[in-house]
Amino acid sequence: MSEKIKRFPGEELKGADIRVGKVPTIRFRPRVRYLWSAGVAMSRFIEGLKEGKIVASTCEKCGRIMVPPRAFCEECFKPVDGYTPVKDTGTINTWSVSYVAGDASRIKEPILVAVIDMDGASTGMGLLHLLGEIDDWKQIKFGMRVKAVWKPPEERTGNITDIRYFKPVKEV
Amino acid sequence: MREVAIVGVGSTGFRAVTPDVSYKEMMFEAATRAYQDAGNISPRKDIDAFISVAEDYWEGFSIFDEFVPDQLGAVLRHLFTVCGDSIIGLSTAYMLIKTGHFDVVALESHGKPSDILTLYDVVQFAMDPMLNRPLGGHPFFVAGLEMTRFLYETGNTKEQCAMVVSKNRGNALANPYAAYGADIDVDDVLCSNHQFYPLNQLDVSQPSDGGIVMILASNEVAAELSDNPVWVKGVGWAVETPSLETRCWSDAVYARIAADMAYKKAGIGNPSREVDFAEVDDLFSYKELQHIEALRLCRPGEAGLLVEEGETWIGGSMPVNTSGGNLGMGWALEASGMQRLLETVLQLRGEAGSRQLSDVDVGVAQSWRGVPTTTGAVAVLTNY
Repeated sequence: MSEKIKRFPGEELKGADIRVGKVPTIRFRPRVRYLWSAGVAMSRFIEGLKEGKIVASTCEKCGRIMVPPRAFCEECFKPVDGYTPVKDTGTINTWSVSYVAGDASRIKEPILVAVIDMDGASTGMGLLHLLGEIDDWKQIKFGMRVKAVWKPPEERTGNITDIRYFKPVKEV
Repeated sequence: MREVAIVGVGSTGFRAVTPDVSYKEMMFEAATRAYQDAGNISPRKDIDAFISVAEDYWEGFSIFDEFVPDQLGAVLRHLFTVCGDSIIGLSTAYMLIKTGHFDVVALESHGKPSDILTLYDVVQFAMDPMLNRPLGGHPFFVAGLEMTRFLYETGNTKEQCAMVVSKNRGNALANPYAAYGADIDVDDVLCSNHQFYPLNQLDVSQPSDGGIVMILASNEVAAELSDNPVWVKGVGWAVETPSLETRCWSDAVYARIAADMAYKKAGIGNPSREVDFAEVDDLFSYKELQHIEALRLCRPGEAGLLVEEGETWIGGSMPVNTSGGNLGMGWALEASGMQRLLETVLQLRGEAGSRQLSDVDVGVAQSWRGVPTTTGAVAVLTNY
């Protein structure tokens, strides 16, 4: 607001005024629902999760072992040569601490997210997931070793959440 | 003068459902075929730019662009998404090459409506939220409104529209890419369930899944990539108005304007004489007749007579939708127009199999973005 104008003419509006219809609005909730075919590669990944395995796909041309798996190598642009499980342990590549929930509200217990380079996969490939069993997020370090904490087999549904989170592991 | 050619095409073909593959895997197959067809080029180094035609709501992603590059070989390359019909995508690729900065451009489009559980709710979401959505109903009644006025104004008949269905579903039987080939006669159409009067069930295209990729090149490199380039002589596009209250209900004005733009660029003054065949949008049976008239392939009000007298059938003087059209190949969302382009290319290359037309040099492909839009695009293609 400029120095000369202390107050604009007219009536000030608050968010609540809009909600009660003081300003004409139209509300509409779209019905949009999808059911994606998982396809060749992600079907194997999903089936692997149910068995407590992280499935990678392999390209013999560039030699990469790729997590998450894909049906084609995007570098070489050719179909992959096979699928293989990798370990459920890995190393933290990068991480963040979210104090805000999906609906933008503040949360007390922050959500710890990390990109984890999986052991057995090519460098820089792995999963984006949550971290758990960490008392203070300041303990998180680059290169920290972590391991998947799985749901019990009967609770797994073929979803990325079949892994509850990754927890730090001490290695001898 | 810099010219633009289509030097490679690839398609998965179209099917009612494709539960075996993801959309990425479908796109990868179409792209692999197109790159092989264009002199086995490598997308990792031989293609200067990539265009994907996709609409977020069809895909179920906001900002679908980001999910495109891997399966096209376009990682770390120059790619953007065009939110429009695939002939609008073609126009964009054409312009990129015309600038002189790009020699080889890949164009991709796909539809996977079987992934959308609420397909017709997404269509309804395209209607005005204040004036139209609250009224409810299936959005395809918009096509019923248009067909009623179109038949009334032009004198074309429901029987002639039914002949379009019979022709196109029959043509699709000879097209291995088509999902809905069938031996259907006029009575089958007229006796099928009423859906959106005057549309019966068989007047309405059914959804299909599939992908198409095309490689475009400048005249400077076209000969290296293809022995039978198909030249893009003109492109055009137009929009009328979203308003269901004030739009023209009888004629496809958008298609007329888009066609005039494309014909002008292509130097075509008398389309009904100079064009050998056409692939036009027929998401609803009457749209084929309406679009034939808009493209000036006959005099106003005479499209119905053309189909009745066999002129738009294979062997006639102006074959239309030898591919089977959308009625025969299916409604593949933004790839619907790409189907029209694909058939035009195959016919001009002499690769249309048992439905091949003889002595064709000039073809027109036309698209419409479907209910409730008034957006259309046209491309004029030749093999010389």
